[in-house]
Amino acid sequence: MKLLGLLMISAVAALAADETVLIQNADIYPITGAPLKGGSLLIQDGKIVDIGAKIAAPKGATVLDGKGLRVYPGWIDSATQLGLEEIESIRETNDTGELGDFDPQLKALSAVNPDSEHFGVVRVNGITSAIALPEGSGGGGGGRGGGGGQLISGQAALLHTDGWTWEEMEINRSAAMVLNFPSAGGRGGRGGGGGMPSDLQDMFPNAANAAGNAQRNVLDQIAKLNAFFDDARKYKTAKAANLPDFRKDLRFEAMLPVIEGKMPLAVNASRAAAIHDAIAWSEKQNVKIVILRPRDLTKAGPELKAKNVPVILGPVLALPENEDSEYDEGYTQPLEAYKAGVKFALGTFTNEFVRDLPYQAATAVAYGLPHDEAMKALTINPAQIWGAGDLVGSLEKGKLADLMIVDGDPMDVRTQIRHLFIKGKEITLSNKQIRLYERYMSRQ
Amino acid sequence: MKRILLGTLLALAPLCAETIVIQNATVMTEGPQGIFKGSVVVKDGKIAEIGEKVMVPAGATIIEAGGQYLIPGIIDCHSHIAGSGGINEGSVSVSSMVNIRDIINPDDIAIYRALAGGVTTANILHGSANSIGGQTLPLKMRWGKSAQEMIFAGATPGIKFALGENPKRSGNPQGGRGAGAAPVARYPATRMGVEDVIREAFNDAKGYKADWDAYDAKVAKGEHPIPPRTDLKLQALKEVLEGKRYVHVHCYRADEILMMIRAAEDNGFKVRTFQHALEGYKVAKEIAAHGAGVSTFSDWWAYKIEAIDAIPFNAALLTKKGVIVSLNSDDAELMRHLNTEAGKAMKYGGMNETEALAMVTINPARQLGIDKTVGSIEVGKDADLVLYDGFPMSDFSKVLKVWIDGAQYFDRDKAIADQATKEAEKQRLLDKEKSGQRQPTRRPNQ
Repeated sequence: MKLLGLLMISAVAALAADETVLIQNADIYPITGAPLKGGSLLIQDGKIVDIGAKIAAPKGATVLDGKGLRVYPGWIDSATQLGLEEIESIRETNDTGELGDFDPQLKALSAVNPDSEHFGVVRVNGITSAIALPEGSGGGGGGRGGGGGQLISGQAALLHTDGWTWEEMEINRSAAMVLNFPSAGGRGGRGGGGGMPSDLQDMFPNAANAAGNAQRNVLDQIAKLNAFFDDARKYKTAKAANLPDFRKDLRFEAMLPVIEGKMPLAVNASRAAAIHDAIAWSEKQNVKIVILRPRDLTKAGPELKAKNVPVILGPVLALPENEDSEYDEGYTQPLEAYKAGVKFALGTFTNEFVRDLPYQAATAVAYGLPHDEAMKALTINPAQIWGAGDLVGSLEKGKLADLMIVDGDPMDVRTQIRHLFIKGKEITLSNKQIRLYERYMSRQ
Repeated sequence: MKRILLGTLLALAPLCAETIVIQNATVMTEGPQGIFKGSVVVKDGKIAEIGEKVMVPAGATIIEAGGQYLIPGIIDCHSHIAGSGGINEGSVSVSSMVNIRDIINPDDIAIYRALAGGVTTANILHGSANSIGGQTLPLKMRWGKSAQEMIFAGATPGIKFALGENPKRSGNPQGGRGAGAAPVARYPATRMGVEDVIREAFNDAKGYKADWDAYDAKVAKGEHPIPPRTDLKLQALKEVLEGKRYVHVHCYRADEILMMIRAAEDNGFKVRTFQHALEGYKVAKEIAAHGAGVSTFSDWWAYKIEAIDAIPFNAALLTKKGVIVSLNSDDAELMRHLNTEAGKAMKYGGMNETEALAMVTINPARQLGIDKTVGSIEVGKDADLVLYDGFPMSDFSKVLKVWIDGAQYFDRDKAIADQATKEAEKQRLLDKEKSGQRQPTRRPNQ
């Protein structure tokens, strides 16, 4: 009987895709505009078609009474391995890090497993879309995915967390090209270690030597990177010339949108020096960049702002980099980005804690970030950074109906999600974990 | 010299526990008084009085809480901080002779960071590389004190056991951790072997105990027998059999939890806590019947195959089935916000705020057998207290002040005010190093 009930719920949820849904009497928080108390929102054909104080229910519409509830756009996690990695420690379930220095032709999207249990787990916490990164943090995947030591590791995809196939999940299959920028030391970026501040090098000759070697290694890597970009430009010229012996090259073909400034590079660069180098390099190459996982925002902030470079902040709940850093260094990174006027979004850089994304943002609020800015960092900012500002990230007419109906502040852990829609389809608020919970609660 | 003097002064400062009254607070006692708005009086390091109205002792320092939340100091039932990087004696399958007490590093910055996250007591466990690991003990986060002074006086010591993937990894030629290093195969390599190692060890320990019991009986009769040879490895297990040492078992899967319960029962001892126990919810009935506690993660999962059936409802389900549950960190970062881990028990499984907060205060205190002195705000207990600027289990709130034994060990305002001084001191030391007045500081063995 219970099973039958479950089947019927699934059937209803599946049917809902084509349905017209009217949400009434709810407090609507569009993010890009002022909240509308006790308003209505109409969903049709997967999109938000109207928002207003009172909307008459179209014929055949499902009406949801939102009294006492609030409507928000779904969350966007700007750095995950969703669909690419199932169990962190098992290499066979891992498709994040390929071999080779330059892999611009690789696309995360087509390796995404739509049936990954992770999607169900993160969905019920309101994560309606996410960036799936081919290798997140510069070399971190060595020995896991097998590779991970790449300079260019492939194309990150912006995807919905629901869909029968990866094609149906796609929002933007080429949201960014992932580059692990060569740097000496520090997390993120790729390089030979060392990373000693220059003012200490004369005091520690041996270490300074090692740092010198690391620096040479970095310069080698940058030279390689430049050569690859030069080759990509020559390829573009050759292609335009349309010579008879021209042969298509999949790697350079994939680089064309990058060198044409149509696709941003998502650049792993953590420390202020690496960020500075990456920005200077991008200007020389005349390419658009987004910085992944920056630290040191007090130092790097002004330049990021001046050059209009957006950033994807790493986990807020992170230990300070150095033993003598302030204990709340990680908690205040979003505040520092905000104070510097840098456009930022949040990423969890993991699969395990994607569902905690709103709580990470709330921690930033506890340590000074304005509440509204935290909300934007999980919604409209990432949508704009990843080239989907007209599709998702806010409640506006014409946008996809990715939204949640909740009973409180959506970043508060006590708040429960009552209804969730992705592309206008109501999502059944269940997953493997909830099913296990129900099953074992019933054990006598 | 100056530096040593400064260090001494810093260390002494929190010793002088004064009489304080924290007034106008929302007090979540986790004790019989429940939640009330009022005051807490602290005297001689203990909680002297609590209530809506209290007698303010003459000369008391008044802390105006402005309606903010006061909770008992947070207790982490599973931590590896302050372990000098040597927390896991993994060379042998049974390492019950080693003791965390011998390697406590009171200068580990993780202690200060935990303190700044409201943690006042942590159970420092041996690692999980072997079926029977080393001896363990709880510490108070008395930052600035010596290792000896951090030890939780009077607490029953513990021992770490470990089941599943971690202890069997060392025996598996394919499963060695360090890629490239030639793994030395070490029994056990399977869950069957893990069970056997534990049963063999207690077989030996019971024989050892019988020898000593016979000896003690003869001594009691006034005889002068030759004592048996002391065996440090079996001595710790003898203490387990005598109930003088708590067993904390690292585990994941339901089958191995059940195995451990039966192995313990067959050998006449009790498991005090199952640590992690991500599938504990599947054998809640058996755990409750055995009388063990569970100390788990709020929402970790999928990082290895034995964590694949983990559910964030584990803590709530086990509580509903009659098990005492705590939420732990096992991690220096997570340790800094166990309050919001407790908040997740409200989201996943509908615990009320008292039940949820209990999971990081009174419940771990009960699991560690220290609930007579800590874990709740009750008259006579240690004044281990945390003041938050909002609902303590919300991520929107942060720790303002922390007291241990009535002495203030953390104050956010002071931490912020001290930043400039610390930066200046750092710069001064750097300049001094650079000016060549000193030899570069070198760490030993570098």
